Amino acid sequence: METRDMLRMANQIADFFKGYPREEARKEAATHLNNYWDPRMRKHLFEHLAKGGEGLDPLIIEAAAQIRKPKMDAA
Amino acid sequence: MTLITEIDYGTPKSKSTAMVTLEIDGHSITVPEGTSIMRAAMELGTQIPKLCATDNMASFGSCRLCLVEIEGRKGTPASCTTPVAPGIKVHTQTERLGKLRQGVMELYLSDHPIAGDSAMQDMADSVGLSHVRYGFEGENHVSPVRLDGEANPRFKEKDESNPYFTFDPAKCIVCSRCVRACEEVQGTFALTIDGRGFASHVSAGMDENFMESECVSCGACVQACPTGSLLEKSVIALGKPETSVITTCAYCGVGCSFKAEMKGDEVVRMVPWKDGGANEGHSCVKGRFAWGYASHKDRVTKPMVRDRITDPWKEVSWEEAIGFAARRFMEIQKKYGRGSIGGITSSRCTNEEVFAVQKMVRTAFHNNNVDTCARVCHSPTGYGLSKTFGTSAGTQDFKSVDECDVMLVIGANPTDAHPVFASRMKKRLREGAKLIILDPRRIDMVRSPHVVADFHLPLRPGTNVAVVNALSHVILTEGLEAKAYIAERCDPKEFARWTDFIRQPVNSPEAMESITGVSAAEVRAAARLYATGGNGAIYYGLGVTEHSQGSTMVMAMANLAMLTGNVGRNGVGVNPLRGQNNVQGSCDMGSFPHEYSGYRHVGDNSVREMFEQVWQTALDSEPGLRIPNMFDAAVEGTFKGLYVQGEDIAQSDPNTNHVTHALEALECVVVQDLFLNETAAFAHVFFPGTSFLEKDGTFTNAERRINRVRQVKAPMQGKDEWQVVCELSQAMGYDMHYNSASEIMDEIARVTPTFAGVSFEKLDRLGSVQWPCNDKAPEGTPLMHVGGFVRGLGRFMITEFVPTTERTNRFFPLILTTGRILSQYNVGAQTRRTQNVAWHAEDVLEIHPHDAEVRGIRNGQMVSISSRVGATTLRALISERMAQGVVYTTFHHPVSGANVITTENSDWATNCPEYKVTAVQVTLSNQQSDWQKDWEIREDENKRIAVKPLVAAE
Ligand code: SF4
Ligand code: SF4
Ligand code: FES
Repeated sequence: METRDMLRMANQIADFFKGYPREEARKEAATHLNNYWDPRMRKHLFEHLAKGGEGLDPLIIEAAAQIRKPKMDAA
Repeated sequence: MTLITEIDYGTPKSKSTAMVTLEIDGHSITVPEGTSIMRAAMELGTQIPKLCATDNMASFGSCRLCLVEIEGRKGTPASCTTPVAPGIKVHTQTERLGKLRQGVMELYLSDHPIAGDSAMQDMADSVGLSHVRYGFEGENHVSPVRLDGEANPRFKEKDESNPYFTFDPAKCIVCSRCVRACEEVQGTFALTIDGRGFASHVSAGMDENFMESECVSCGACVQACPTGSLLEKSVIALGKPETSVITTCAYCGVGCSFKAEMKGDEVVRMVPWKDGGANEGHSCVKGRFAWGYASHKDRVTKPMVRDRITDPWKEVSWEEAIGFAARRFMEIQKKYGRGSIGGITSSRCTNEEVFAVQKMVRTAFHNNNVDTCARVCHSPTGYGLSKTFGTSAGTQDFKSVDECDVMLVIGANPTDAHPVFASRMKKRLREGAKLIILDPRRIDMVRSPHVVADFHLPLRPGTNVAVVNALSHVILTEGLEAKAYIAERCDPKEFARWTDFIRQPVNSPEAMESITGVSAAEVRAAARLYATGGNGAIYYGLGVTEHSQGSTMVMAMANLAMLTGNVGRNGVGVNPLRGQNNVQGSCDMGSFPHEYSGYRHVGDNSVREMFEQVWQTALDSEPGLRIPNMFDAAVEGTFKGLYVQGEDIAQSDPNTNHVTHALEALECVVVQDLFLNETAAFAHVFFPGTSFLEKDGTFTNAERRINRVRQVKAPMQGKDEWQVVCELSQAMGYDMHYNSASEIMDEIARVTPTFAGVSFEKLDRLGSVQWPCNDKAPEGTPLMHVGGFVRGLGRFMITEFVPTTERTNRFFPLILTTGRILSQYNVGAQTRRTQNVAWHAEDVLEIHPHDAEVRGIRNGQMVSISSRVGATTLRALISERMAQGVVYTTFHHPVSGANVITTENSDWATNCPEYKVTAVQVTLSNQQSDWQKDWEIREDENKRIAVKPLVAAE
């Protein structure tokens, strides 16, 4: 996937949950990514975070700790 | 098997609860007040002769054949128009009545040649009329020439203009059944009786032929005609049907039941079934007439394979084709990992076929890369309704609309996309229900005969959430909310938070006016009407879901319904109008990459362990790829093999160029379909599929109604589709085996709590059931959330309006939105292969007169339409239906390439594509776009089938 598309999708998720108190929003955004993003998409997200996470909504960066790290054999 | 004929009670059922007892021919009977004598007699099994009465419309009393005698009353009243009364004694057969009826019949027959299989013949037999004393010599409608050799002015030529039925005025007795069917059942008002007395005759439109009139070819008049004056051309060509099989239409999500009337193994006609729960005897042009594609010459009936997509196709045996696909898939997984292949299920296939494919992906492919075409239409419905109410489905049955007082129709065009339900809505609207329409386009329901919307809010595409938030804002700030309902049924903490959010001035209609383009005063008035007008029901379509905020919008509508107490009883609810016949079912069956059947997450250990037990294999706990993610992963190189069941992703999915690149990057594409569709141009294996006439199984419609699809004839290619899936699984090492579709349903029931009580035996017995169907509701659940929400307390969700990033600018100043029309269906693979093309031969671009004028575009000229991702060329249709700044097209014809223009943008929660908003420019053009030129080349090149060398004749 293009990084641009990954960023767009992640940030759209952040946009929705921003309406909630911060801690809840972090948790909900992470749960959403855990439930709906296949491991290779989450891997892409983590790789991008490792490079500094440019362009990612701060809410996603904050939620990262609660996002499940994919086992790499899954892809 | 015999020909099924339903009982015709002559007049509709009375809704009264007061009962009346009377005597008919010496037998006592008790019926609801308001019942006609004719109906009461029929309930006793006494059929009073009739011509102009039938039980799906109000009685009319014109033929005078149904006369009866009532003791103590004078004369011989018509039994169809005379209601029962306590204690009366009715006689249906006396010498006097017999004579009167014979006389009436004789007069009819003296001016009307009889059609052998019509009600007219039955009545002549029933009144015992063996010969007619008068010929056609006098004044008549039958002979083109009078006795004196002059042309007969009363004679009218047959009208053969409709491709599916003829109208022969000579056989018409002017009983008005067709006119009333068109008005009362269909709601189109295309027919009238012109002239008076002997000169009166049925006329379509302003004395036009049927095709030129307003007629939408629903067939209701043909069904109603008692004389064979209106008759299906297929009956004229093939003769009277001999047997019938009850089955379900395979087009839209209404899910109409039909009698497939057969002669041998040939379908003579499809007649809507009166006992069908969804349609109650009505139909639209597609289900009624457009089934010829099933035997179209383009159908591929042999399995085929090829190494490269540029090679010609090679016909092979089933064994070879299945072996080829299995080998390729396994090689790919060995090389690129087990997540490198996946499958797509189809909403056009049965529940059983869909269940088999998703099971194959989870067990034989060992991953969860399975998705369904519902991804691109109603996935936000599932997400939004499960968050707020706790189930991924609509709340009502169709019948519920009969008790609705205010309809809120959002982003749906029922008269085109869900015609049979639209007829039902219009009936209720004619009875006085109010109508609010939220749509950028002036759809037919805004103004049609005897239906005028109270409010049409023509919002800018992409601003749904803003408008619905504004409606809630008005209701709450004006104190119109259903306080007691909310206190009893909804989560107070969530409601309090939501209240703080929705009250904010940014959500007011005034603040939103400049964004939505809808007048604040209109929004306020519409909100008041919905909140205070009685039972309020929301009906919505893809104009809600196919947006970057599709899921948010579904939640916003759910909020609005809870706020006004409009969930959990008849006449209300949040009702998705599903596009394809089995969208609901394909979602229920576990086609989503994160969910098993019954919407249970793959990460839920106890659920997964249960499936592992039943399926006897380890299952993956990680969610798989969704369709757009599959394309992205293919372009990226981590996804290499795809099984596509009955779906044409190359035509129906957005941003065609991106889809094409993805498909070209795949090393093995298997397509299971009736035709070499657009996707097949990129495939390596083709498994011929079965049409709905050859399937045995079930479809689930928009009301969660599970309907039986019965095999009308044997599969043309020799195998059931689920059987092919089982064999492919076996070839890949997982032993999947069923003896019948009903065994698959038994397994679905075993593993899915909401389906626990479903079996083919029960469906055959009850006709249909609506899930949940289990111990708690053994006969199904027509209405959901009665007494409380499935999730416990209803949850108000915060639905902030976030504008889409797809915006107009200097280069792309217009917004394109897409949709469909009545006569065509989805990518058109079926309807284009029927005579429905008579109504829609090409996709056109609708454009507002002003937008056309500033571009120098005249009606009918070819225009180029381009977005940031692609361009195509279409014919322009100048139309006031469009708001200025918005253009519209359909995607029924592949060469149109409507999806070459749509972009990769999608719903935040589900990745459902944002089909409804694309910034475009439109310019005059005199040539095809580059994409269209490529398409034509591919159409020739990638769909060739190798010609077998001819064996020389001996
Ligand atoms: S086919 Fe349907 S729309 Fe057309 S005239 Fe008959 S009832 Fe009316
Ligand atoms: S297309 Fe829809 S409305 Fe028309 S007959 Fe089929 S199910 Fe009914
Ligand atoms: S059936 Fe009663 S008048 Fe025609």
